[in-house]
Amino acid sequence: MTGPATRAETCVVACAEAWRGDGAVLASFAGLIPQLAARLAQLTFAPDLLVSDGEATLLRDGQVEGWLPYRSVFAMVAAGTRHMMMGASQLDRLGNQNISCVGPWERPKSQLLGVRGAPGNTVNHPVSYWIPRHSPRVFVERVDMVSGVGHDRGAHEIRLVVTDLAVLDFATPDRSMRLRSVHPGVTVDEVVAATGFALSIPDDVPETREPSADERRLIREHLDPRGLREREIA
Amino acid sequence: MDRVVSIEDVAGEIRDGMTVGIGGWGSRRKPMALVRAIARSGRKDLTLVTYGGPDVGVLVAAGCVRRVVTGFVSLDSIPLEPHFRRARSAGTVLLTEYDEGMLYWGLLAAANRLPFLPIRAGLGSDVLRVNPELRTVRSPYADGTELVAMPAITLDVAIVHLNRADAHGNGRYLGPDPYFDDLFCLAAKRRFVTCERIVSTAALIESGPPQTLLVNRSMVDGVVETPHGAHFTSCVPDYDRDEAFQREYATTDWETFRTRYLDGDEAGYQKAVAR
Repeated sequence: MTGPATRAETCVVACAEAWRGDGAVLASFAGLIPQLAARLAQLTFAPDLLVSDGEATLLRDGQVEGWLPYRSVFAMVAAGTRHMMMGASQLDRLGNQNISCVGPWERPKSQLLGVRGAPGNTVNHPVSYWIPRHSPRVFVERVDMVSGVGHDRGAHEIRLVVTDLAVLDFATPDRSMRLRSVHPGVTVDEVVAATGFALSIPDDVPETREPSADERRLIREHLDPRGLREREIA
Repeated sequence: MDRVVSIEDVAGEIRDGMTVGIGGWGSRRKPMALVRAIARSGRKDLTLVTYGGPDVGVLVAAGCVRRVVTGFVSLDSIPLEPHFRRARSAGTVLLTEYDEGMLYWGLLAAANRLPFLPIRAGLGSDVLRVNPELRTVRSPYADGTELVAMPAITLDVAIVHLNRADAHGNGRYLGPDPYFDDLFCLAAKRRFVTCERIVSTAALIESGPPQTLLVNRSMVDGVVETPHGAHFTSCVPDYDRDEAFQREYATTDWETFRTRYLDGDEAGYQKAVAR
């Protein structure tokens, strides 16, 4: 249990960092690594976070602590007391996200989920994105159907974009996407090559922080003993 | 006061071209026995309003649907609905795509007899591009905020599935989430509840706390007992989703699935899926 962190574990901690300092807000997620991340954040540096089981039950370290049916989730969306880490089939440099369909909406090449709650989430409360496979197919110049809105369309706050290669944010004058850190073992050139638009690249790009020994132990022994996290970025 | 009817009675009330609201969420507590009866009835040109799951897939594949009004269509454990996807790419079904909070707000407006309710969701997104009839409204107060004026979504018929009901149309859910089944009923002209068991009013009252009595008899025109009637979607605590059957549904071509499971009646379906 003392081995170095795997890429998936680095991603869990990088995603958890998105919720740092959020207080008693609902941490919602799509995907296993963001789920582990929300639970890790709640167990460590963000103990006030609310975390649901994906249905209507609020959990604190696996124990039931409350009830949150969909109608209450929508109330928290509208109130802005939520920070969701969503997925994205496409994401552009200003943070416009698409989970609806690929190709023309009128008759898509590929119908995906639909916009779900992305339009409401992005105008009401902070969102972050988890991209398990950083590629030019996801990071595109222009998304086919704006589901979650970007900074040019009134986004409330897009905090972080975490991928299997890097962490990105929008700390630029025009709030376009910037490379914030690369995961250990990843080069800046690899990230640039996997991104379908011009990223803002600082002169000095740090490495994403490694999970602490305590975080590694919690992930490996407590949160995901079966190691399912490794499959999400395989 | 007895409002007990059959699924065929309810299917008979649904006519070509009607707007039908379907309760549940994704692949959870869907009135599938009634969905199957509608699929068998050969109805055409329906508009479905739903937090979409296999209700959409079955009715689209069966050729009953002209338009789907929704924020998503998903089987939960299988993220994408195969029949809906195919129909979208083939251009054989129309879509009114809203943010899922907008759908809630549209039902809430209809339930409250309001023409619209203001909401932030949708602003700036392509939901406004693909629904050019949507309008915004400016707050008349000092804030002057611009908001989407989400129109009421009125339904001809609502169908929902609950765990328990009495013969008069009082009903309750026993699982963790009411979803929006009460709003679907309040937004509709004709309202039908299918349930796992019809029990006496006294037994219904004893079966849980008062706040899970989601619908009362003023909101319901007909009650049908359809044991296992949400199959293959979940209906906890009575039963979980039938994941193996859902995988079969998602991976079997429609004609084979229909022949195997839907050509008979509901009793035949339940016999075929018992394993």
